[in-house]
Amino acid sequence: MISDNLLTVAYIVASAFFILSLSGLSNPETARRGNLFGIIGMSVAFLATALSPKVGNYGLLVAVIVPAVMIGGVLASRVAMTSMPELVAILHSFVGLAAVFVGFGSYLQHNSFKTPVEATIHEIEIFVGVFIGAITFTGSILAFGKLRALISSKPLMLPGRHFLNLLMILASVYLGYLFVSGDHNALQPLIIMTVIASILGIHLVAAIGGGDMPVVVSMLNSYSGWATAAAGFMLSNDLLIVTGALVGSSGAILSAIMCKAMNRRSAASSPADSARRVERRRHPANSRKAK
Amino acid sequence: MFVLACFVGWQVIWNVTPALHTPLMCVTNAISGIIIIGGMLQISGELTSATTILGAVAILIGTINIAGGLLVTQRMLKMFQR
Repeated sequence: MISDNLLTVAYIVASAFFILSLSGLSNPETARRGNLFGIIGMSVAFLATALSPKVGNYGLLVAVIVPAVMIGGVLASRVAMTSMPELVAILHSFVGLAAVFVGFGSYLQHNSFKTPVEATIHEIEIFVGVFIGAITFTGSILAFGKLRALISSKPLMLPGRHFLNLLMILASVYLGYLFVSGDHNALQPLIIMTVIASILGIHLVAAIGGGDMPVVVSMLNSYSGWATAAAGFMLSNDLLIVTGALVGSSGAILSAIMCKAMNRRSAASSPADSARRVERRRHPANSRKAK
Repeated sequence: MFVLACFVGWQVIWNVTPALHTPLMCVTNAISGIIIIGGMLQISGELTSATTILGAVAILIGTINIAGGLLVTQRMLKMFQR
């Protein structure tokens, strides 16, 4: 339907809109325009990909997209303003879950590749994608729980937790090796790795205090961005590379800024806070004396 | 291109006012949603099979993320106008 060249142009246009979107959002006056640009960029990228020769099954596509947009819209209109970080956390968990599904689906598709090297690269990409997706999924859900105060915001400091994390990472790497070198039984290591990565996600986020959750969500955002860029490299998809890099780097910077902002805020407010606390302590004491 | 995109992201975000952190987080999250969809569309092109079902579900989830994220940001930003 549309040629590859037109697709590339559309991707460049979409990327430009994403850049404009982010830069618009850094400034209160241009923020609404920035969001609008983001919407335009997404629509362009989506339409371009949908019309590309690679996609069929339009009925299925529409049947899935339309309800999803409606659900997203309903969620957006009903959520309370004060629960914004939670909403972002749970939305991001969707991204992680979707990434896991993409990975599995891509694996099950059994594409025929020209060379074994390409097949191996494809498998590595699937494996890493599912790994990060699983961590993001469970980590984001836990972040949501902490922000909602469903789970204690105290950091879970298991003894030897660093060792535990290292063990899980090493296990995943080993499973990755099994996955790539195996042939048709490779589904099992993938599934086991998904479970381990999920536990890793929970454990990593559980070890962080509730107050730092927004930073955690931003960092998870950033990691998924980098993972997407990596996927883009492997699939030779420019849109994924550029957008992934945008999300990854902006997420990383945003996390750093949020960290700094929180430290500054707590440092600036603690003299004020302690002064207020002293006032409060004096007043109840006074009233007690008066009685 | 990758390096350029990183640089752009870095430049663009560096000066965000703290009040805009949450909307920004929301939009970057929504953008990461579209990436998933891009990957997805490659999968849903086949006949009805496990791959397509997984693909369809992933598109569903990803689109909820995108639509929800952008619309929520719209709401957040409306408050700024006051």
